Amino acid sequence: MTSTDAAADLVPFMMRRPGAPFPPPEYEDFRTKPGLVKAALPSGETVWLVTRHEEVREVLTDPRISSNPNHEGFPRPSRTVGAPSADDVPGWFVSLDPPDHNRFRKALIPEFTVRRIRSLRPAVEEIVDRAIDQMQANGNTAELVEDFSLTVPSLVISSLLGVPKVDRDFFEEKTKVLVTLTSTDEERDKASEHLLRYINRLITIKSKRPGDDLISRLLQGGLLTPQELSGVSMLLLIAGHETTANNISLGVVTLLQQKQWISDDRAIEELLRYHSVADLVALRVAIEDVEIGGQLVRAGEGIVPLVAGANHDPEMFERPHEFDPSRSATGHVAFGYGVHQCLGQNLVRLEMDVAYRCLFNRIPSLEVAVPLEELRFKYDGVLFGLHALPVRW
Amino acid sequence: MARISVDTGKCIGSAQCVLAAPDVFDQDDDGFVTVLDSAPSGEAEATARTARGICPAQAITVQD
Repeated sequence: MTSTDAAADLVPFMMRRPGAPFPPPEYEDFRTKPGLVKAALPSGETVWLVTRHEEVREVLTDPRISSNPNHEGFPRPSRTVGAPSADDVPGWFVSLDPPDHNRFRKALIPEFTVRRIRSLRPAVEEIVDRAIDQMQANGNTAELVEDFSLTVPSLVISSLLGVPKVDRDFFEEKTKVLVTLTSTDEERDKASEHLLRYINRLITIKSKRPGDDLISRLLQGGLLTPQELSGVSMLLLIAGHETTANNISLGVVTLLQQKQWISDDRAIEELLRYHSVADLVALRVAIEDVEIGGQLVRAGEGIVPLVAGANHDPEMFERPHEFDPSRSATGHVAFGYGVHQCLGQNLVRLEMDVAYRCLFNRIPSLEVAVPLEELRFKYDGVLFGLHALPVRW
Repeated sequence: MARISVDTGKCIGSAQCVLAAPDVFDQDDDGFVTVLDSAPSGEAEATARTARGICPAQAITVQD
């Protein structure tokens, strides 16, 4: 297929997931085809879709393939999908390629080491326990997405950044507006502006009176400018909030469907693989001609490595549509792959683990309050998840 | 027995090796990989191979 083919002959992108947390069924068909599949975005632009595990990893590690949206041909599926560039938002390092990316990663990785994340367990437990206290104080029903899944990562990030406790309600309220379905664009823009202003003020305060937190340490480290740190903080907030919340909520549903709930390292990996919430997050563009899976991709052509496609590739994972907490899901690419692999992934694992342990231990009679087929999944969002999860106990 | 070497210039500190093979790899204070056991055998060797396979920066080499 060449780029001169009429857009009408191409598969339209994005595809919807079917009525279960599985990737769109089209991916299975794509995976059996030689080369890559060319798809048309609503704008008429075309992109190459990658659905096999091996090739998704290839795309995410090839230095001839860029994450920088300033390059001609970078995919823009819609207004809301597609990152700003680091020129628009200084510190938005997911949009930078090496070597520009390296300084940011180097500045941030000491904050996310296994040791550091393990030391956060008591703080995460306190946040989770408080959220459960609040749910229990309100009766024997809750809407888990709003009352728990979004609350926990918002509070964890605010604690990580060093947001004082008195400001956490404000912080949580504004971050929720950013990801709530019913928010208008105007409300979202306003909340985002408030948060950015707040973070900038926080950076000014921390530069005068440092504390034991990420912002203070990064200011003292001197690798990033205060302006870049403001972009980095917004990025951590946006990258760590709805993604984590969606994983927590979907995991509760999936674990409740098991006769006996299990939360161990294997089960967490399998949940991450199985749901693959960030299927559409990794957008790329070729900056040189490159061959992927026998397919020539020309410089300037957009590429979408589909994470859920890779994680449900039967060549990599047997019976991929089956949730099997006893399997080793090691090697999944739910957090991406290559230099942009999720910086906060070990924090997400910790949050999921603490969330399930505390929820199921403290509320053993927890159940979904509506028939599963009535659950409202985010079938057409960038991130897969649940709009709401009514529960009772 | 295998020989393990790492390219700290490539390492991005994702710590996947530390999780997969805690007896073979660790992180220094800056978050970069360090090798605890450069000649693992048995179970540790198997975990080191897993770590090589999942390292997102492809910074681990296992020589037989």
